[in-house]
Amino acid sequence: MTNAIRTQTENGAAGSGEPASLMGLMTGAEKHGPAATSTLDALWVLYDRVLRVSPGTVDDPGRDRFLLSKGHGPMAYYAVLAAKGFFPSTWLPDFGTYDSPLGHHPDRTLVPGAEIGSGSLGHGLPLAVGTALGLRAQGLDDPAVWVLVGDAELDEGSNHEAIAYAGATGLSRLHTLVIDNSSATHGWHGGIAAQFEAAGWSAVTVNGRDHQALYEAFTAPHPGRPHAVVAQVEPKGTAVPKVS
Amino acid sequence: MDTMRERFTAVASRLLDEDPRLAVVLAEISLDGFAQARARHPDRVVNVGIREQLLVGVGGGLALTGLRPIMHTFASFLVERPFEQVKLDLGHQGVGGVLVSAAGSYDWPAGGFTHMSPGDVALLDSLDGWTVHVPGHPDEAETLLRHAVAAGDDKVYLRLSEQTNQEPRTVDGARFLTLRQGRGGVVVAVGPMLENVLDAVSGLDVTVLYATTVRPFDTAALRTAVGAADAADVVVVEPYHEGTSTRQVNDALTDVPHRVLGLGVGRRELRRYGQLHEHLAGHGLDPRSLRRRITGFLGR
Repeated sequence: MTNAIRTQTENGAAGSGEPASLMGLMTGAEKHGPAATSTLDALWVLYDRVLRVSPGTVDDPGRDRFLLSKGHGPMAYYAVLAAKGFFPSTWLPDFGTYDSPLGHHPDRTLVPGAEIGSGSLGHGLPLAVGTALGLRAQGLDDPAVWVLVGDAELDEGSNHEAIAYAGATGLSRLHTLVIDNSSATHGWHGGIAAQFEAAGWSAVTVNGRDHQALYEAFTAPHPGRPHAVVAQVEPKGTAVPKVS
Repeated sequence: MDTMRERFTAVASRLLDEDPRLAVVLAEISLDGFAQARARHPDRVVNVGIREQLLVGVGGGLALTGLRPIMHTFASFLVERPFEQVKLDLGHQGVGGVLVSAAGSYDWPAGGFTHMSPGDVALLDSLDGWTVHVPGHPDEAETLLRHAVAAGDDKVYLRLSEQTNQEPRTVDGARFLTLRQGRGGVVVAVGPMLENVLDAVSGLDVTVLYATTVRPFDTAALRTAVGAADAADVVVVEPYHEGTSTRQVNDALTDVPHRVLGLGVGRRELRRYGQLHEHLAGHGLDPRSLRRRITGFLGR
């Protein structure tokens, strides 16, 4: 990880000021803090500029889908959903309590706007493949399906069943956002993007704190192929952005 | 007679023509049987390759978009291998689907233990809200498949077998059938076990209930049968792990002093190949062994 990224990290979530401050409402009860902040910038750019979904369209068959597969550290996700009005920010301080719909892993039946419940790693990508297939089977060729995974989550073999299948069948409405905070113990020889490319995906690696670079990666054309964006952030446990 | 699996592929293929909400997910197994349906409905007959975690995950994703997925392969690769996907990608997501298995507990004896799944129903018993159908004849398999597909967003397991009774019974997707009435005890025969059970209890004064839908368990039918007998002695004969339904019998009779004998497939690996009838005998499920075990339990 370069110094340039670290520097941007310190100013990092500047463009995500509202969700960053909302995250502070939850920090008292959160056990996955460092992992949570790794996703904040990418999530904000997706929800602010890319995804065609809003509180008014959460049940619209034609909405874009975002599936949070890496359910650990969902604070940034909850903060972005609250900032976008999917549920009141007054829910945030009770994060993780018995009566709160907001757990340390999200439950789709409790959280407005959450497309899946997650926590156990390696379930989001296969569910996203099925979602993309289901939309296509119903003639809904327009909605994009996005799934967020962590770099260490790619250790789970279920992801590789999904990556290989989606690449081989050219599932072009499927998008995977890999938040790479170098948390995998063994990693992937040749890098994460190369793994996706070898399976037939379009893939690009960007600075996960650079909003314009993220936006361009998210919106890059990828005709006939699924698309992966590897967003590199500071290694887990270091240089965590302040959540003022 | 066709097999249950052949009936399944034929009927599911027709249902795909009729019901735009239906989709079939395969992992190579039975692909030939769906070749024509796949040509007609390429977006709703999906073969994911030899990827059983993806098989169930894709089914969950299809259901999230409002489709009714049928997921199909051998029981060992449908329930046991991707069990967490069954638990999370269907149940925890709050969506449903139909799992249709083949090969069951001992249908391919020469294939050995890797292709045997005697624990599938017990595994599903650890989850909430699964309907479990165990047909004993291809006609029953067709009826129960139609029930399963039509069951809204329910989670349904349809357990197909190579072991088949000669005659179909008129099953309704919910209740046990009373095939014989007697006063000396109640024997519940599940799906393909029926003919061996009827042979085994020939001449005995017992009630025989025929169960092809085992979850939910037909508590009312059991209580009625027990109430008409002289003793609350119940035997369950199941084509999967012995004792799987013993808890259901106990729960049905909490207010009645009773005895229950659970017969089925043992947990000990036989480590034998050979033929289906040899495996039934190996597990004590042939008519002669069943008669000895049932009469021993009933004390007559």
